[in-house]
Amino acid sequence: MTTATATRGGRPAVVSDRRPAAGRRRRVLTWVLLVGGVLVVWEGLKFLGGTPWRAPGALPGPDNAILWNPPFRWPFVNDLNLPHVWNIALAFFDPWQRGADRNVAQLLFDAALYTWKEAALGFLLGTAIGLVLATVFVHSRIAERALVPYVVASQTVPIIAIAPLITYAFGGSTLAVVVIATYLTFFPVTIAMIVGLRSFDPRALELTRSYAASRWDVYRKLRLPASLPYLFTALKIAATASIVGAIIGESPGGIADGLGRVILTYNQYYITGPEKLWAAIIASGMLGVAFYLVVRTVEIAVLRDRPGAAEG
Amino acid sequence: MNTDPAPAPPVVRIAGVDKTFARGDRAVTTALEAIDLEISGGEFVSLIGPSGCGKSTLLRIVGDLISPSAGTVTVNGKTAEQARRDRDYGMVFQAPVLFDWRTVEDNVKLPLEILGQDAATRSARAREMLELVELGDFLKHHPYQLSGGMQQRVAIARALAFQPSILLMDEPFGALDEMTRERMNSEVLRIWQQTGTTILFVTHSIPEAVFLSSRVVVMSPRPGRITKVIPIDLPRPRNEDTRETRRYFELVTVVREALRRGGGSLDDAATVDPASTDRTMAEGAVG
Repeated sequence: MTTATATRGGRPAVVSDRRPAAGRRRRVLTWVLLVGGVLVVWEGLKFLGGTPWRAPGALPGPDNAILWNPPFRWPFVNDLNLPHVWNIALAFFDPWQRGADRNVAQLLFDAALYTWKEAALGFLLGTAIGLVLATVFVHSRIAERALVPYVVASQTVPIIAIAPLITYAFGGSTLAVVVIATYLTFFPVTIAMIVGLRSFDPRALELTRSYAASRWDVYRKLRLPASLPYLFTALKIAATASIVGAIIGESPGGIADGLGRVILTYNQYYITGPEKLWAAIIASGMLGVAFYLVVRTVEIAVLRDRPGAAEG
Repeated sequence: MNTDPAPAPPVVRIAGVDKTFARGDRAVTTALEAIDLEISGGEFVSLIGPSGCGKSTLLRIVGDLISPSAGTVTVNGKTAEQARRDRDYGMVFQAPVLFDWRTVEDNVKLPLEILGQDAATRSARAREMLELVELGDFLKHHPYQLSGGMQQRVAIARALAFQPSILLMDEPFGALDEMTRERMNSEVLRIWQQTGTTILFVTHSIPEAVFLSSRVVVMSPRPGRITKVIPIDLPRPRNEDTRETRRYFELVTVVREALRRGGGSLDDAATVDPASTDRTMAEGAVG
């Protein structure tokens, strides 16, 4: 995706002169090697020091033969802490609870979608608030000096401590979850845009002055376009932070439909089925990556004409 | 034989302009002192002088980017501020200051957007100006795809886009190599003759000033003063051959000697702050 913009008609090799197909193949290869490497190390450790290996999905017991007996016993790689990757994969197809007709994958998909909706709402709200705050700050030194310390302080308080307060304040509704996601996302946008809205070439200000341009003209023709690379960097952070915020926000409020509840539930049944918690963790991670990629795709589309925009 | 335009009523009148910069609460630098200058419509006037003589400061005062400490600037019969608000100025700086996210065409349209012109007018005007600077084939390119000289031509097209009555150019070719600079000089002369715009041009290149100007204004540093105004009577149109005529060399010599005489004598250091007196004295000792 990085070099997808490189071949647009007749532009020089500013971005990259590699053919996009070759670049994509290389990226896919890198990704496969990376994931493969993690799996090899994971299973390698279990091969050396894990619980005796049995067939995929088989429970420990005399009925299921031991296929391999590792020479060491390292507690951190036993089947409870680090289940076999094939057992985690199989867990996706187990019923999500005993007797249920939906499997774990379906449950996780629905939960992830629900959580994403909350996170996306918080993300949009947080971005809007961050933009407004940064716009005020770059136009008023006094406001910046007075208020930025509070913006920073707001993020030094652990979200775990604030989440229950917000949940009580909003009566345990999904609104509370959105507020928590907003709380985590406005910060990177504010901080990045304070810099971004000032990142234009200062000489351009003389230029706009010679046109007798209004503040609003300077804002929309100069400050805002110049700040977009900063904005997207912040949005990528905000995208993942909003997912974390939503998952954390769901827990104290007892929101039943999101990933937060799934994680809590599988946490309680960890001893009997650690694979399901791992499946939930993977689903959360994939949700974060998916949101990130959405933002990244928009970024590439919006910044495609800028030098070096396709990097990053 | 073409000559420079006959004297017209002054477009720019600079009267008794001083500029001092306060540094901290103590030292004061006198950048300009007692500047008087009149520029007629259609004239090409160059300001030349060593670094720190205040020539860019003077240009910025005329363009109302900064205000003078004393004295007045009248442009088209108005104050400099009113002239700026009426968009009488086109400005070209040493750096092209193009917006990377805009195409060449959209960069030229920028001032027209701020003036609130409609889209059709903007397009037509931008194309016309880019044809004028011979970049008609590069409308859809982005600034970073162009060479330094081409970028500066875009900046000139942008400055001319809204038909300002005065073009203020602050060392526009200072960052270019000698070959490109000479080509750009011919280009700017051609544009000047085609558009009839009054040009105030800051440079530290003697050949450039002589080749381009109707008059060369020689300035001396600390404090910045006008030491001599030299009319350039080279015939127009001027071209590459002009640079090899006897009169051209004579005028280059006249400007050089005026610069040398104005250049850092001790008399000029009288009102300077203590910090820069050392430098001035050192230079005086060498000269």
